[in-house]
Amino acid sequence: MDLRERVVAILAEQALLDPADLRDDMTLGELGIASLALVESLFAIEEAFDVSVPFNASAPEAGDFDASTVGSVVAAVERLVAARAA
Amino acid sequence: MRRVAVTGAGTVNALGGDVPSTLRALREGRCAIGPLELRDLDRLQVRIGAQVRGWDEAARFSKAELALYDRATQFALVAGREAVAQAGLAFEGGLGLRAGVVMGTAAGGHGTWEDSYRAVFEEGRSRVHPLVVPRLMASAAASHLSMAHGLRGPAFTVSSACASSNHAVGLAFGMVRSGAADVMLAGGAEAMLSFGGVKAWEGLRVLAQDACRPFSATRSGMVMGEGAAVLVLEEWERAQARGAEILAEVAGFGMTADAGDIVRPSAEGAARAMRGALEDAGLAPGDVRYVNAHGTGTAANDRAECAAIAGAFGADLPLVSSTKSMHGHVIGATGAVELLACLMALREGVVAPTVGWEAPDPDCPLDVVPNEAREARVRACLSNAFAFGGLNAVLALRAA
Repeated sequence: MDLRERVVAILAEQALLDPADLRDDMTLGELGIASLALVESLFAIEEAFDVSVPFNASAPEAGDFDASTVGSVVAAVERLVAARAA
Repeated sequence: MRRVAVTGAGTVNALGGDVPSTLRALREGRCAIGPLELRDLDRLQVRIGAQVRGWDEAARFSKAELALYDRATQFALVAGREAVAQAGLAFEGGLGLRAGVVMGTAAGGHGTWEDSYRAVFEEGRSRVHPLVVPRLMASAAASHLSMAHGLRGPAFTVSSACASSNHAVGLAFGMVRSGAADVMLAGGAEAMLSFGGVKAWEGLRVLAQDACRPFSATRSGMVMGEGAAVLVLEEWERAQARGAEILAEVAGFGMTADAGDIVRPSAEGAARAMRGALEDAGLAPGDVRYVNAHGTGTAANDRAECAAIAGAFGADLPLVSSTKSMHGHVIGATGAVELLACLMALREGVVAPTVGWEAPDPDCPLDVVPNEAREARVRACLSNAFAFGGLNAVLALRAA
């Protein structure tokens, strides 16, 4: 699995959906990933990619990790992984 | 129904090692949040907290005592001693049989758990200290307070996460009011500011990395604190008859459950608890000039709490402040520490500020006493505590 597939699989697991049913433009809200499910998804991403996700639930815009859509999460994880490799 | 007087108060928290120094700091709007000093700090994302600094346990307790006293118990005992000394009570003879203690804590002897796990898992030791169980049990502080002062009536600990000590004070209040006891020590103790404690909170993504700014548009979460506070609650006529100085009256208590989400607060459950406390105290919203808010500084709490205050008070909005901006979130002990700000408001006419406040938030359209203490004639106040798990506990106090 490439990075995109792994991130989508993590989100799909939280949303109780088949990864094939997730599209980049879907918001995490419409997937039902909020509050605890979001925190668990970010934890799973950190564990899977050995990165630290800068996301604060009280200041979601502050940390340069856009958790609004499937596509934005994939892009943010790509950046974190690239930064770690650099 | 019997009335309930507060005749003593004691504390240890990041603002001060006793009540006078804590009130001075609250009045000055001094913030005790700073860089954490902890082992393995480099492995933490969050590195600020409101720590009790310079705590020399060996200078305060004997080696035999320390084998039994977790840091939380130590805080509780020092706070309890101050409270009992102020009340001027001795519990020998009959009074001890009519006196007890209810403490609140979320994590009990957390540091003792952590050190023991480290010893067997990380250091590969094959045994832990034999007194680990009585040291870590959540009820240890209540037990040691009962032993230290000879309190031989009802004694136990309650745990409702961040509402623990409000539930503790509320239950003790009920016992004195009903006649189940004549004097009760009540409060909370918490010492969760350790590597494992911060690590656990970090995962929830509710901790701020720079400051605690309740009700400010720029808030970014809560900051953990530690400490204890203990009050002496005494039947009113008994206190008057012996000429005790009455610091305030505990007048009412309201508790509710959201029965909703395990972490997301409900404005409805919080408002119902505030209305319950007002009704129990026989107070109208217009009688209450000050609310010490739960005010954690998270987006979720502050928004829900402001809606709840508006719901409970309607047009008669009180002054609202969160002293967590100064002493941090003392978790299970926080309500007890915050009652000290209530005592100050009622006795001295000084409302402690919400420090760190930078900009108004349309979701929090209240007078949150930003950054500087305010003089106000406060005859009655509320103290809110709204815990994870939707457990809400609100105390109503009246000036003596």
